[in-house]
Amino acid sequence: MHTTAPKAELKAPPPANAAPLLALSGVSKSFPGVRALHNVSLSLYPGQVTALIGENGAGKSTLVKILTGIYQPDSGEISVGGEPVHLTSAHKAFEHGITAIHQETVLFDDLSVAENIFLGHAPRTRFGTIDWKTMRANAREVLDTMHAGHIDADARLRDLGIANKHLVAVARAMSIDARIVIMDEPTAALSAKEIEELFLLIEFLKSEGKAILFISHKFDEIFRIADRYTVFRDGEMVGEGLLADATQSAIVKMMVGRAVDHIFPEREPNIGAPVLAVSDLSHPTEFDGISFELHKGEILGFYGLVGAGRSELMQAIFGITRTSRGAISLDGKALHPKSAADAIEAGIVYVPEERGRQGVVTGMPIFKNASLPSLQRTSKSGVLRLKEEFDLARRYTGRLDLRASSLSQDVGTLSGGNQQKVVIAKWLATRPKVIILDEPTKGIDIGSKAAVHGFMAELVAEGLSVIMVSSELPEILGMSDRVVVMREGHIAAIYDNKNLDAETLVQTAAGIAA
Amino acid sequence: MSDAVHSPRTIPDRLDNPLRSAVLSWEALLVIVAVAIFVINSFASPYFLNAWSLSDLTFNFTEKALIALAMALLIITGEIDLSVAAIIALASTLMGMAVQAGIDTPGLVAIGILVGLGCGAFNGAMVTGLGLPSIVVTIGTMSLFRGISYIILGDQAYKGYPADFAFFGQGYVWWVVSFELVLFLVAALIYGFLLHRTSFGRRIFAIGNNPVATQFSGVRVGRIKFILFCLTGLMAGIASVLITSRLGSTRPSIAQGYELEVITMVVLGGVSILGGAGSIPGVVLAAFIMGLVTFGLGLLNVPGIVMSIFIGLLLIVVIALPIVWNRFRMQR
Repeated sequence: MHTTAPKAELKAPPPANAAPLLALSGVSKSFPGVRALHNVSLSLYPGQVTALIGENGAGKSTLVKILTGIYQPDSGEISVGGEPVHLTSAHKAFEHGITAIHQETVLFDDLSVAENIFLGHAPRTRFGTIDWKTMRANAREVLDTMHAGHIDADARLRDLGIANKHLVAVARAMSIDARIVIMDEPTAALSAKEIEELFLLIEFLKSEGKAILFISHKFDEIFRIADRYTVFRDGEMVGEGLLADATQSAIVKMMVGRAVDHIFPEREPNIGAPVLAVSDLSHPTEFDGISFELHKGEILGFYGLVGAGRSELMQAIFGITRTSRGAISLDGKALHPKSAADAIEAGIVYVPEERGRQGVVTGMPIFKNASLPSLQRTSKSGVLRLKEEFDLARRYTGRLDLRASSLSQDVGTLSGGNQQKVVIAKWLATRPKVIILDEPTKGIDIGSKAAVHGFMAELVAEGLSVIMVSSELPEILGMSDRVVVMREGHIAAIYDNKNLDAETLVQTAAGIAA
Repeated sequence: MSDAVHSPRTIPDRLDNPLRSAVLSWEALLVIVAVAIFVINSFASPYFLNAWSLSDLTFNFTEKALIALAMALLIITGEIDLSVAAIIALASTLMGMAVQAGIDTPGLVAIGILVGLGCGAFNGAMVTGLGLPSIVVTIGTMSLFRGISYIILGDQAYKGYPADFAFFGQGYVWWVVSFELVLFLVAALIYGFLLHRTSFGRRIFAIGNNPVATQFSGVRVGRIKFILFCLTGLMAGIASVLITSRLGSTRPSIAQGYELEVITMVVLGGVSILGGAGSIPGVVLAAFIMGLVTFGLGLLNVPGIVMSIFIGLLLIVVIALPIVWNRFRMQR
């Protein structure tokens, strides 16, 4: 299954000189501090599936948002069927026949299947009211042509599984006569059988002459269903062509073979005895049989695809997520954290990936965020001592070079990078033994990134142990002493970071034999 | 506060002038409103400016305001307790039963307070233990607690409370200063200290602003919410002792509709109905304003039904004002 799947013989070779149905050229898009897309081009051909491949942060979602009219490009041209278009709104994109099916479909759970299909363009009676009879009949017709007749047009969408919801989303695309269908990781939440059904559907869409953009991290799927590929890296298009002419390793090379854009701190690892030992830790659904050791003074990287269970595992070690079996021990003592408070008391802290929801308490000033887990120490018999809190906040945020106008500034008004510094400062103040950082530099500017990396190096030099969950290969390779690769809730491999290359990590994470 | 020497890299503790923010605060506005109503009342009625009138005025709010102190903390965490008036009824009914059984004043007070605490603990266990929304749980217990009173009492009333029991609701500590007023002021000091000067209070604000991040910061969110439900029940139990003592009898309809006035007081006091912000001084000022307004309307012989219309309108206005104001600021 995970080797190069044989290309289906019956697949008609793409017409040699077919004109693209959708063509992007020279499209760029920047956000404050981030260049999301730079001068990219992309062509989608009728009756063909084009796979869009790239790491997290390569610019895939930005491109999807541009194609669906949610973002406006800073420059560049988009044409549909040879005509230049301006996709100034989601509605405009819809009118040009572009539709997207997301990982979590954006449909209406409490409406019927027929209503979902025809929302916004329902057939009307001559009195202007919705013609329910015709709508139901049309819905059934659309579903039948897609070989999805098993879906009841009157069923409430809530009662359908995710795979059938995808079918309804496609039926909606058919009903508006969409010509371009974007599928953004459509298989992420599907079972193996449901994926097969989705592939049949994609074959059907191809036979109808639709141009399909297929975004997936899974190489076996890409090689099975797609005709062409386009590879993005760091917001640039770095390669495209026919999949028939490509190999997995060549594509992986395009994905990761980047110029070094960021210098990681030099450090002399001084690795000591094991500090944290996790054995056979399991969760009913998210991860299973996880065992590893973390040593004193070590940075242990956790790499894997989104959904591999890394965050859930870390939150279990931090006492937030329940486990079904397995054991955790810290400094040789068994630990059963039932809450974050237990884990913090033992000396394990967690910098979450969802900074805004789990990391900072927006609406509260910096110093109150920094002191929140240390209130017992800064207060005396439960009575607050503001001076102690300001001192604590200044000491630890100062080490991270926080940029703020005052320590009483609302943490919600800081940039993402500075918010992250406050979260890290908050944890350092508790004097932890193990600090877990979940995507520590996601969505933060390059300067803050360097500050966070430099600081991690300082921490391990002082004898702390660090677990760093990251989906960014340069970060994993640049910072880790060892790398744990997780795939679908299991540990796929643990590597020493010596002569380790990005290709190996990507292939292990995606389950491709090297 | 901070007189540390700032090197260029040092971030100052705070920038805004505390005096300036005090002048622009909601509490300052409440002081102005309270003074204005006081002046209007003294012109509107010749009977207003009199030590005993002013003393009577405080009975209009002290019992509800005692509950409002604890309710403020609960609402700041993003929860609410709509069952407080029903807790008063149940506690009063059980005190009435105890009187029939010959229990004396200290026993009655203990029963009133413990019933309140127990009801609060029940609400808290439902919300934090089972993870149910507090608005649903306490709408349920609102009917449940008062329903028990109706079953026990029907259309009867308990009377015959001991003579010395009357002190709590009718007694004076000194001259015109009632026991209820003193109790309220002492409780306000305690709650003000708890909310604004302790780590417990800091955690309450953190929960209201972001319960998830607060839990991720090692705060035992469920435990704190449970304690606050218990405190709110406890204050309702205390209020039940005071009201029962003041009226000298118990009917199942006692304190009907008090929960709305308590919540109005809390919100008028500047506590955000969405949680995360508020102050005890604001709630105390709001309690005085509500007392002044209802007493003033009473002096002018405005009927009770009009007063309840007024309370309803006030509640809507004080909830809407900050929301509309923020929307207006966002649009600019």
